[in-house]
Amino acid sequence: MSIVAKVFWAFISLGVVTIWGLTLNGIVHKIFARVQGRLGPPVWQPFIDIFKNNAKRTAISHGIMYYLGPVFRIAGGIGTYMFIPVLFGSPYFSNFSASGDVLLVMYFIFFGQLGMALGAGEGGHPYSAIGVSRGLSQMTAFEVPFALSVISLAIQYHTLNITDIVAAQQGSFLNWTLFTNPLAVIAAMIAMLGMNMYNPFSVVIAPQEIPIGPPTEYQSAFLGLLATNRGIFNGAKLVLFMNLFFGGATNIFEMVAKTFAIYMFSVFVGAAYPRFRTEDSIRFFLKVPTLIGIASVLLFSL
Amino acid sequence: MSDIEQKDKPATQPEWVKDERTLTNSALPSEEQDWFCDARPRRVEKHWQVLENFMNWARAHSLWILAFGTGCGAIEMRPLVTARYDISRLGMQMRPTPRQASVFVIGGYVSLKTLKRIVRSYEQMQGPKFVVAVCSCAINGGMYWDSYNTIKRIDEYIPVDVYVTGCMPRPEAVLAGFNLLKKLIREGKAEGQNLYADKFDWYKANQKQVIKDWNMPDYNW
Ligand code: SF4
Repeated sequence: MSIVAKVFWAFISLGVVTIWGLTLNGIVHKIFARVQGRLGPPVWQPFIDIFKNNAKRTAISHGIMYYLGPVFRIAGGIGTYMFIPVLFGSPYFSNFSASGDVLLVMYFIFFGQLGMALGAGEGGHPYSAIGVSRGLSQMTAFEVPFALSVISLAIQYHTLNITDIVAAQQGSFLNWTLFTNPLAVIAAMIAMLGMNMYNPFSVVIAPQEIPIGPPTEYQSAFLGLLATNRGIFNGAKLVLFMNLFFGGATNIFEMVAKTFAIYMFSVFVGAAYPRFRTEDSIRFFLKVPTLIGIASVLLFSL
Repeated sequence: MSDIEQKDKPATQPEWVKDERTLTNSALPSEEQDWFCDARPRRVEKHWQVLENFMNWARAHSLWILAFGTGCGAIEMRPLVTARYDISRLGMQMRPTPRQASVFVIGGYVSLKTLKRIVRSYEQMQGPKFVVAVCSCAINGGMYWDSYNTIKRIDEYIPVDVYVTGCMPRPEAVLAGFNLLKKLIREGKAEGQNLYADKFDWYKANQKQVIKDWNMPDYNW
């Protein structure tokens, strides 16, 4: 396929994942509302919020880094997504996965957060600073089990290329990493709880405590950009997990069903548990999940 | 909307006006003056009407409330987010930061001390911004009408879109107020931000008249 066609299809798939990610956000709000006995916002509410934020007539900036924060964030989201094959075997929905491997994707996951941290810091609100310090320390903590699980996968499949990892899981569902390397999957799924930042790991946004968290000063189109990125980034993370652990997908419907199921894991945990304190959350990741991750690495390297 | 008459113009420029685009921030200590923006709020023109209609629809269906209760009436805001009234089904939510909020609910009597915070928060909200004044006290002084320490009409200090009367109004009444606000927004009639920019001198004079310890910028961007 020519590079122009590749870019064209990459943008189509970016659009698909943005819409799917935002719809998922809407569904999650609905689920949380129903758990609390409310009707909840309509499923399309995230889209209206984005339109509204972009329709604001004024916006203020606190400086260059503040301006670049959301740009880095969305660059991190798009970067993460662009190097993940969405549909296995489809020439149209494989993005640029041939040009990067899972290490690059992991780098992009954290790139956006770092950029956002710098931007939110320049906003100057104390809650932003608290949110950023909490976010970065929690990120460092859940990175450990996730990285161990990826290392375990690399040893198991002898590759870091995501397409090859998906290819190795084809055939039967018993070939999924979920069944061939359950320890790595458990470690990574617990790390995903931290990544998605629902309870008990909602220390960054922390409603009723440091409400809003890092984006406290962000408004108007800045906030619209951050909200759009939430859709892209959610979708990208879920597709990555689906590829690494749950056998990938060969058509859009399989992708939608699998990512939905993966996401519901952290939503159910989030609806059932209260919030950890920051230090408890960090200690949590460094204990059992890390040990599980080490065990999964040892299992395949010995 | 109130039909406010421009009071007789002062012969000399008030001390907060530098020229027609900038303010002096003269109430701040001199070393702090350049920490803050000194631009005056300006009128923002509407877009092409079809686009504006669509945007107004989005604004009306995504009202984010600044959760800042000013008086006893604000206690009626809490039931609105509970399972019984649940404003989230209307696309509304509480926003703890003025930067992201679009509706300011004045929840009851406004003491002079609170007025300062109200002005500051209102100016920090990004437009278009709307104000719903809940409670008789915010409308005409209510039972605080002869108090030395509260203002009577919030309308003289910031532009108000919708009033909800009562002492205190039931959550249903507040919801009805929000529905009226939605209607006004969709009809393009909720232009408080532009009203504030147009009559800035008048509003600022009123504010400065009652807030004696003015130690903030003349417009809080
Ligand atoms: S109208 Fe009644 S409830 Fe409302 S602020 Fe005044 S005294 Fe309080």
